[in-house]
Amino acid sequence: MLAREMTSPAAAAPERRSLARDPPVEPRWFRRHSGLVRVTHWVNALCFILLLMSGLQIFNAHPALYIGAQSDFEHPTISISARRADHGIKGETMLFGHAFDTTGVLGVSTTDGQLTPRAFPSWSTIPSYQDLATGRRWHFFFAWLLVLNGLAYFIFGFASRHFRRDLLPSPAELRHIGADIIEHLRLRFPRGEAAKRYNVLQQLAYLAVVFVLFPLVVLTGLTMSPGIDTAVPQLLFVFGGRQTARLIHFLAASGLVIFVIVHLAMVLVSGVWNNIRSMITGWYDLGKQPR
Amino acid sequence: MKMRDASFIGKAPHRRGFLAAALSLGGFTLSGCDRVSNEPHARSLLGAANALTYRVQRFLLGAHRLAPEYGEADISPVFRANGSTDPQDDEYLDLADNDFADWRLKVDGLVEHELSLSLEDLRALPSRTQITRHDCVEGWSCIGKWTGVPLAEILSRAVIKPQARYVVFHCADTLNDGSLSDDPESIRYYESIDLIDAAHPQTILAYEMNGKTLDIAHGAPLRLRLERQLGYKMAKYVTRIELVRSLAGLHGGNGGYWEDRGYEWYAGI
Repeated sequence: MLAREMTSPAAAAPERRSLARDPPVEPRWFRRHSGLVRVTHWVNALCFILLLMSGLQIFNAHPALYIGAQSDFEHPTISISARRADHGIKGETMLFGHAFDTTGVLGVSTTDGQLTPRAFPSWSTIPSYQDLATGRRWHFFFAWLLVLNGLAYFIFGFASRHFRRDLLPSPAELRHIGADIIEHLRLRFPRGEAAKRYNVLQQLAYLAVVFVLFPLVVLTGLTMSPGIDTAVPQLLFVFGGRQTARLIHFLAASGLVIFVIVHLAMVLVSGVWNNIRSMITGWYDLGKQPR
Repeated sequence: MKMRDASFIGKAPHRRGFLAAALSLGGFTLSGCDRVSNEPHARSLLGAANALTYRVQRFLLGAHRLAPEYGEADISPVFRANGSTDPQDDEYLDLADNDFADWRLKVDGLVEHELSLSLEDLRALPSRTQITRHDCVEGWSCIGKWTGVPLAEILSRAVIKPQARYVVFHCADTLNDGSLSDDPESIRYYESIDLIDAAHPQTILAYEMNGKTLDIAHGAPLRLRLERQLGYKMAKYVTRIELVRSLAGLHGGNGGYWEDRGYEWYAGI
């Protein structure tokens, strides 16, 4: 809930004292995130990291992705494999017909000090060793939590008008997008009054994550379930078959990883403690500034 | 304002400290995840999600809703065979040598009439043909055409006793992945399903695949098709069907070969 403006007790006292002599001062402390957004943010963050790592464990059981209802084993769209080379083994990643040597990370990586054939490396999977059954347990437990948490967030987002008020850019904000990109590239971020609203790049990124990537990753995940395919066969039609759904699931998850990397980088460079504090306590420091 | 920005950017040591802390925390949680994975209470807590999945899917699916069926053109040119593909058990090899002429399917346990059926007997019963997608727990899918006897046809002839809750499939193949080091005896594959799935029209015991007699790689002479669940539920080389009240007495007590090795009994997801 960005628009609500409050003065925290800690900040209020000195301001009241200064009123007599100085020009009026904007409240410095701003309640940037509502309680529900903060709680669902951290639950979502926990779910996402565990789903990602257990998902890579599941992917490792058959590290190849296809288009269509079934698997054309000879022609995967994306695959990660290990193959014999002149000296030992090589990790090879195939993307849409192009091969890349990814030894050390994908296909072949170090496990217990030894180069081992393994699609995603041990440090990126839950469990760290090969165990599909346990990976699935983690994955489905946190998938349920992610979906229930996401539902709470969606209901709140619509009911409290959080989506419309904070995430939907106004036409004026959209026109400002070029300037916002330049400001971001120069690592200059809004302070004071302007920091009360998400800037347009944030709005678009959050909209894409909330309304495109997360729904996509959940629905394609469900499409991989033979039970759900029986209950809602339309999902197979929408996503172009179970194997395409698995491919989209992987790509949507990759999109979320890219978002998280950029998100964390932005958190770091735009005032790391202020950002983290506001997502934990709700309070964001707008900085001292005369009106 | 700009100075304030710069002061944040200039705090590199802080950021490095933060990164190092985040990384070591990551390392801690990683090894923590491995520990949690092997802790029985945590494992069963994680597994509780599957009980929820089972209930929700049973509610959504009902008893009779059919899994999607495909057309002849969709049949996979190569249908991958997984698990046992060439059993070396002596009894099985003897039966295979004789084209399974001496093979019998036994139906026993909590039934009014025990049955012993030859392949000819099974072929004389009503049959169902279906082109369906086979989803392996590993992630791949193949499409095949299956012909066989609906399990319900067999069970209606054997007449299930009211106490019966599960159908257990005993198989002819030994599948030993070596993961049970404390188990010196070889274990023949086994699986189980509930009575709702047993009565489902697409739950068939298939003796034909893609219009030909079922081959050994895919489970000859008889395999289960359970189209609303994953491949490991669909026992191959079935020789005996047993009706039971509880799965507790079946090997590890989890209802199947892979279930006793950590996989979920309900595999609709």
